[in-house]
Amino acid sequence: MSTALDVVFEKVRAENRAALIAYIPAGFPSKLGCEKAIKALAEAGVDAIEIGYPYSDPIMDGPTIQEAAEISLKGGTNAADVFSALKVASDMGVASVVMTYWNPIEKYGVNEFAQSIADNGGSGVITPDLTIEESGRWLDAVGKSGINPIYVVAPSTSDARLTQVTSKTGGFVYAASVMGVTGARTNVSVDASALVARVKKTTALPVSVGLGVSTREQAKQVAAYADGVIVGSAFIKLLLNAKSEQEGLDAISALAKELALGVREGR
Amino acid sequence: MTIQTSDVLGHFGQYGGRFVPEALIGALDELEAAHNAAKTDPVFQAELAELHRTYTGRPSIITEAKRFSEHAGGARILLKREDLNHTGSHKINNVLGQALLTKKMGKKRIIAETGAGQHGVAAATAAALMGLECVVYMGEEDTRRQALNVARMKLLGAEVVPVTSGSRTLKDAINEAMRDWVTNVATTHYMLGTVAGPHPFPTMVRDFHKTIGEEAREQVLALTGKLPDAVLACVGGGSNAIGIFHAFIPDAGVRLIGLEAGGDGIETGRHSATISGGSPGVLHGARSYIMQNSDGQTVESHSISAGLDYPSVGPEHAYLHDIGRTEYRAVNDDAAMAAFSLLCRTEGIIPAIETAHALAGALVIGNELGPDATLLINLSGRGDKDVQTAADYFGIPL
Repeated sequence: MSTALDVVFEKVRAENRAALIAYIPAGFPSKLGCEKAIKALAEAGVDAIEIGYPYSDPIMDGPTIQEAAEISLKGGTNAADVFSALKVASDMGVASVVMTYWNPIEKYGVNEFAQSIADNGGSGVITPDLTIEESGRWLDAVGKSGINPIYVVAPSTSDARLTQVTSKTGGFVYAASVMGVTGARTNVSVDASALVARVKKTTALPVSVGLGVSTREQAKQVAAYADGVIVGSAFIKLLLNAKSEQEGLDAISALAKELALGVREGR
Repeated sequence: MTIQTSDVLGHFGQYGGRFVPEALIGALDELEAAHNAAKTDPVFQAELAELHRTYTGRPSIITEAKRFSEHAGGARILLKREDLNHTGSHKINNVLGQALLTKKMGKKRIIAETGAGQHGVAAATAAALMGLECVVYMGEEDTRRQALNVARMKLLGAEVVPVTSGSRTLKDAINEAMRDWVTNVATTHYMLGTVAGPHPFPTMVRDFHKTIGEEAREQVLALTGKLPDAVLACVGGGSNAIGIFHAFIPDAGVRLIGLEAGGDGIETGRHSATISGGSPGVLHGARSYIMQNSDGQTVESHSISAGLDYPSVGPEHAYLHDIGRTEYRAVNDDAAMAAFSLLCRTEGIIPAIETAHALAGALVIGNELGPDATLLINLSGRGDKDVQTAADYFGIPL
């Protein structure tokens, strides 16, 4: 059975372009603000939304997402808020996934978490610190719930290991563009295109590139070789720096429209 | 009882393993291979042994604490003197081993986390000795609490980076070190300071510390003609405890007792007693006992001892606890400080406040076991670094 995410990648393939995937943490900038941000991003033309589950110890995240997570956690964000944000996105007709560190899933209950994703219209879960060696129970759970297990690979991942990881992956493969943590960067490294090429030798799944993309020009460059372009910190920075929530929402909407043009200009 | 010492994926029962970004897998595999090769490499082992003999000051002695014993039900108290090691604690055992491995792997830069500063000082020392660049991440809160150790690290040539994220303590220093490592993994070795973190760290760090128990077991046998009735050590991340416990694990008659930091008391929630007061979960790359809320978010730990102030514990401890081979008890701040003072006044030894938790445990357990019992205690560190904290606690004007 196809998830909404699978359908998005079929659609963008038919349109010969890359998908635009936006990341926003649940409960950020506030619970209501997050709903508004999801709606603004959906209306501006993003194809899929990643809802971040804010976590106390985000070792893969740079200062921007750390700050957003802290704000969200201070506001009391929990699993219920993550699922309701997911539902807002799926109700808007965009594919939605959750990105979360592992411990909140384990604490919630592995089967229950996967099923709640499905029940709220979610397509899958990105698990940046879950290795395939530790994935037994998780893969059983996502299989039962019919959602996509999305794994992150890095420029340092060997070819042999890429084959192992992508064989367990569903939806798309998340290619980290650089060795490092999340955050906008001036240059999306040349490592990214090489990594995408190596991933594609191991799987027919779509490959999306994340870490560092913040401008239309970068989106265009990445769209030339990747099936999806993931943007997170750039949106969050706009929301953090805005003088009012509305100003922030207007700013992310404007950026999303630019990026949506970028992902259509790459080929 | 069959006791496993970790499988190929670094599991101790359900604990341990690797929960890390894919970017680190290559470096962890490389480290595991280097460690496995070193274990059977006579040249590496000879080099490390020579360093320990001529630089660390191994073997460390054991001291019988006769006057202290009068307060512990008359039980015979033997102290394994890791406080006499160069840099003042057991931490040097691990950093020298890892620094040699770093050179074997051809890396020129090490990073380390530190809470109280003992591991940071040890790492900076090893880096200076072996000509490696050294960056130490330390919570901003801890750089204030442990200003003397910050100065020591700087004198040794290390860069100290105050960490301003999260609770600004040890757990956040580890997060920041992991972020650095993800970014610079090709050139950098992460010199983790305890038996926690992703495989192979818990196994490797244990292997570098198990000499403590191997020496002590021989020394106690030579002195008393029998094995001790109980071996005691303080437990934060658990490196000094695993180090002294490990050689005794097959000795079923020897009780192995870890003393965790009870802070203001487990019932107050303000403590660092992860096994006594936490639950199984995943933090910093491994499954173990952790301190977490009902959503799986890490809860801040508390202890008068910065070195025990950590919301997780090594996975091997979690496993040994669950199978009943080891026991863990919590010691509150006040009990630890009373034992700290008692050792100073009865034996002329100023212990680290971390270590004072094990001494407080000995006062209770000695009374439980009585005068025929022999207790071996890992005196894991000296208290020079804690003079300010102790003076504040006891109201001694400086």
